[in-house]
Amino acid sequence: MAFPEPKPKKPELPKKLVSTWECKQGAVRAVRFNVDGNYCLTCGSDKSLKLWNPHKGTLLKTYSGHGYEVLDAAGSFDNSQVCSCGSDKTVVLWDVATGQVIRKFRGHAGKVNCVQFNEEATVIMSGSIDSSVRCWDCRSRRPDSIQILDEAKDGISSLRVSDHEILTGSVDGRVRRYDLRAGELYSDYIGSPITCVCFSKDGQCTLAASLDSTLRLLDKDTGELLGEYTGHKNVAYKMDCCLSERDTHVGSCSEDGKVYFWDLVEGSLAASLPVSNSAVQSLSFHPTEACLLTAAEGLVQLWREESYVVEEGPPA
Amino acid sequence: MAGGESDEEEEELVSYGAPLELLEEGERIKKPVPLQEQTVRDEKGRYKRFHGAFSGGFSAGYFNTVGSKEGWAPSTFVSSRQKRAEKTVLGPEDFMDEEDLSEHGIAPKEITVSDEFASKSKDKIKEKARQIAGVVAPIPGAILLDEYIAPSKITIGIDLLRKMGWKEGQGVGPRVKRKARKQKPEPGVKIYGCALPPGSEDSEEEEDEYQPENVTFAPKDVMPVDLTPKDNVHGLGYKGLDPTKALFGVSKDHLNVFNPNSENADLIGDLRHNKGRKLGISGQAFGVGALEEEDDDIYATESLSKYDTVLKDEEPGDGLYGWTAPKQYGSKPGIEKDIKYIGKILDGFRLASKSTTSPKIYLPPDLPKDYRPVHYFRPVIKTSSENSYLAQTLAESTGKLESETTLQSRHQKSASQRRELLGETALTGPAASVLEYLSDKDKERIKEVKQAADQQLKTPVRQPLQNQFQAPALCDTPQQWQSLLGPPLATAGSSDFKPFATNPEKQKRYENYIESLKHGKKDTPGSCLDQSMTEWERGRERDEFLRAAVLYKPSSSILASRFTHAKHEDDTDKVEVVRDQETDLDDKQAAAKMKMFGKLTRERFEWHPDKLLCKRFNVPDPYSDSSIIGLPKVKRDKYSIFNFLTVSEPVPKMMSEPTSVAVQQNSTPNKPKKPSRWDVSDKEKKKKDAISEFISLARSKVDTKEQQPLTAETEDDNKTSEAASDKMVHEKTGQHEDVVEEESRPSMDLFKAIFASSSDEKSSSEEESEEEEEEEEPPARVTEPDLDSMNHHDQHGALPSEEPESEVIAPEISVTVTVTPPLKEVVDQGEEFGPRLPPVGVSDTLLKQEDMQRTSSEASKKERPKKSKGKHKTKREHKHKKEKKKKHKKHKHKGKHKSKKAEKTSGSDTAESSESHSEEETPDISPQELLRRLKHLPLVKH
Repeated sequence: MAFPEPKPKKPELPKKLVSTWECKQGAVRAVRFNVDGNYCLTCGSDKSLKLWNPHKGTLLKTYSGHGYEVLDAAGSFDNSQVCSCGSDKTVVLWDVATGQVIRKFRGHAGKVNCVQFNEEATVIMSGSIDSSVRCWDCRSRRPDSIQILDEAKDGISSLRVSDHEILTGSVDGRVRRYDLRAGELYSDYIGSPITCVCFSKDGQCTLAASLDSTLRLLDKDTGELLGEYTGHKNVAYKMDCCLSERDTHVGSCSEDGKVYFWDLVEGSLAASLPVSNSAVQSLSFHPTEACLLTAAEGLVQLWREESYVVEEGPPA
Repeated sequence: MAGGESDEEEEELVSYGAPLELLEEGERIKKPVPLQEQTVRDEKGRYKRFHGAFSGGFSAGYFNTVGSKEGWAPSTFVSSRQKRAEKTVLGPEDFMDEEDLSEHGIAPKEITVSDEFASKSKDKIKEKARQIAGVVAPIPGAILLDEYIAPSKITIGIDLLRKMGWKEGQGVGPRVKRKARKQKPEPGVKIYGCALPPGSEDSEEEEDEYQPENVTFAPKDVMPVDLTPKDNVHGLGYKGLDPTKALFGVSKDHLNVFNPNSENADLIGDLRHNKGRKLGISGQAFGVGALEEEDDDIYATESLSKYDTVLKDEEPGDGLYGWTAPKQYGSKPGIEKDIKYIGKILDGFRLASKSTTSPKIYLPPDLPKDYRPVHYFRPVIKTSSENSYLAQTLAESTGKLESETTLQSRHQKSASQRRELLGETALTGPAASVLEYLSDKDKERIKEVKQAADQQLKTPVRQPLQNQFQAPALCDTPQQWQSLLGPPLATAGSSDFKPFATNPEKQKRYENYIESLKHGKKDTPGSCLDQSMTEWERGRERDEFLRAAVLYKPSSSILASRFTHAKHEDDTDKVEVVRDQETDLDDKQAAAKMKMFGKLTRERFEWHPDKLLCKRFNVPDPYSDSSIIGLPKVKRDKYSIFNFLTVSEPVPKMMSEPTSVAVQQNSTPNKPKKPSRWDVSDKEKKKKDAISEFISLARSKVDTKEQQPLTAETEDDNKTSEAASDKMVHEKTGQHEDVVEEESRPSMDLFKAIFASSSDEKSSSEEESEEEEEEEEPPARVTEPDLDSMNHHDQHGALPSEEPESEVIAPEISVTVTVTPPLKEVVDQGEEFGPRLPPVGVSDTLLKQEDMQRTSSEASKKERPKKSKGKHKTKREHKHKKEKKKKHKKHKHKGKHKSKKAEKTSGSDTAESSESHSEEETPDISPQELLRRLKHLPLVKH
């Protein structure tokens, strides 16, 4: 006589601004949740990378060692390592606890836009403006990359890695998915330069944001268009997009200072959060909760669902 | 009886060596066993296996065990009832194999002098052992005492001598009457020559001491000069295991340090010194053993002090060079020093006072005046028309060869001379040059050609070459080339030079071509080139041949004969190209416009992940047996234009049309009968030009109904053409469709220009032609190159050095020229490309300033794709492309007038709509106005 499962809560969007803090690292180029959403990383234009507890707004660690703007960062599955990339053409692997540089991978010919760990944090994938994705081995000490994915005809703006796939979005207007298991490359033509790509949580879809102010949800296997989301403005900047924690909504930054959310199925605008009066550069959705981090200029904001009650002390 | 006789006969003969086995009837002679098959067996027929140095080489033991199959040989059981088992004390020999005891074993048995007959000196080891025991024993000297008591073994020789009255320490021989104490180095026996009367000697001695008369003395014990012959192959002075040293492991040098005097004291002193030291075997043959405590010896004994560092005049010691004599022969003062260089003068000899006559020196013979130390073989020159000059020069250089021939004897006549005298006809051997194979008529022709070439050469050569590249006329090219090539061309066809050796057919065609060129035929290309090829391809090949003929100008045949063809084909002329490339974008663009994502926009490639990557991802390698990484690649001709042609990108119509018209006038004689792949792609282009490119420009929805069926076909075509691009034969197959479309084909000399310019760049006109090439065949990545290219032409159009092609397109360009310049400035402001990063915070004033600048440029460059500024690998052309792309994008948004123009040219209905852009797109803004607005944009943002 087991009790029936409680009816799942209706997915809520993080509409409530919980806290705002100044990162003091110039413009925040990217804000990223860690794997469990308890911490976040901010990439600053002042060459620093910072680790925060976003829920308390406390700075935990500053990682300095980049030679130029840090453009993207990612945490490993066990939170022991962090990788970051930047305009200094390097990819850096950090030790979280000590803040030391474990490895510096050099090889990209241009600034490195995006970086991702694989599932086991044994390989770092980095996409660069030099139109290549490089796979760096964290296990061995070899200085050169394992493989270079140079199929893109223009710079790589975004990169996602699943357990056996590498999804890249390139400025040449294509979303490429490298399937390691099948040994195949799927190239989907979008047309407009891609600024951001995402896997859906269920791994069935890919979301691609392009510079024609459109987000497109594509079926991963066939490449068919499942949804199109417009209304925001993204024509010049590299903007992030995301899917909500349960794939119910699609979110994107906008150059008009807002973050837009659309219903994934209907494609209707669900919410627009007034984040800043300048472009919202980066956002990161909590992996499990309705929690959103946005970065605009030097500020990072934490958004929660309406029903969220602040448990801990007041944010810094 | 007969046998007996033969026996007798045999006995009579003296035979050496082992007789050969008698061969039986029909038996073959046995082949000698080769060395590697020869085996070593022991006396029992077992294989001997080599074991190593210590075991004496071959197998010591029963295959590495103890000597038998059973292992240690068990002692046979003997019942104690009947017979007590003998207690046998096993020595080491019992566990040794017979091999060990043999000559090369570790304990070789050899015939030695038994103790009885051994001399005492051989007993040194035992002596030493005794002494050691004496020292070590609780009562020192007890054993020494024992030695005195115990009867020592005396050899028979000594025993006999003793019986004859000899005592130890005495010499052997008759007793002498002289003073025992005063022993001279030369004993009486050794006096040669006139000896002094004994009386006088005695008298001398008597002066010194009293000496009884009847006393005789035993002769001095002579130390025999030990002249042991060196019968081993060791190095000089090498001693193997010295048993005297072995017990202590101390070298003699060390002993000398402590007590260089007495041997005996030496022994004991040494002993005491080394008390407590473990005894071990040492010697030069052995390194420092594990049991030895002191291993510093090997280093300590080696010091500089051991070496003689001074170059001395005088020989140390007695001046005996290399002569180790006993000390009795020690140095004699006196003359010896003077004659050192000769050596010691033997007794009874003295140095000659008069030197011998010097040997007569014979002078070398006088050389004749005209002698040359090197012999030249004078080349035989056939005085024919061709090489008369050469012959003449040779004759001059060798000194009137020709004039003297008549006077020379028959031996000095060359073969050809003799042949001439005999009236024989010349043999038809391998001729020196191709020329000799030619008929007289041909020769005349070649002469003409030569003359023409001479004339040509007077004018600068480069000039015609360059003209050639741009000349639209095709018919006169062979002539020009021919004249350019001149003499070398005449031999270019010779078999030594095979520029197209990899492709025999082509090589054949090439040879034919060269041959026909030699014959001065005007219509060479048509006759000898492959008829199945299209005109364009033929033109291309002809060009290639001409090029090859120039490049592969044969060096002199002598030089050429020194080289041989490579055994292995090297692929230097091949380049790896990705097999599958993302194909042409037009249809995809259209599909994307229509939101028909899926099959139309998706491409699938075989992609090989790196093995390690798979490992790291915990994924099985999908292509575990292939070594490819990434996209599969194919090898293609490096210089094949098809590498760049593969993707048929639309050729801007306004470009291709006028040029093609121009060409058609010229190329009419060689009109192709069959449509080529190129034609087809062009056909596609023509259709698509109109539609797709301008779709993208205006970002409008086009009625793609007419295009839909095309797209699939196009893809196929493209793919096939890519795959077999270097095989032109394939290409003509499936594309017979549209002959009508041929008119729009790009001009021949456009490609001629491309080919021609590829060799020497740098000139602006050629650069332009390259750009045109790109425009024609951008490899898949360029989205909408057309307008860009036009822009490009703008820049070049302004240049004074204009070539026909650019002139042709000039009218269209003029439209765009008005727009570009101001925008270009804007573009140049920003250095970054692609989607930008938003500006840094407002607080930072410096950054803000930068922002403004940036955003202004950004806005102008909306949707401009990224161009990696730090891209190392970009080639020049690639850059061009990007630039073009960039510019194009830039235009995209403001180019309504452009799209109008496009409409005008293409005739397709391009309606600019694009809802996404509507907000920032304003029709018909002047660039200045646009710029102004853009500059204001960032301010609004903040």
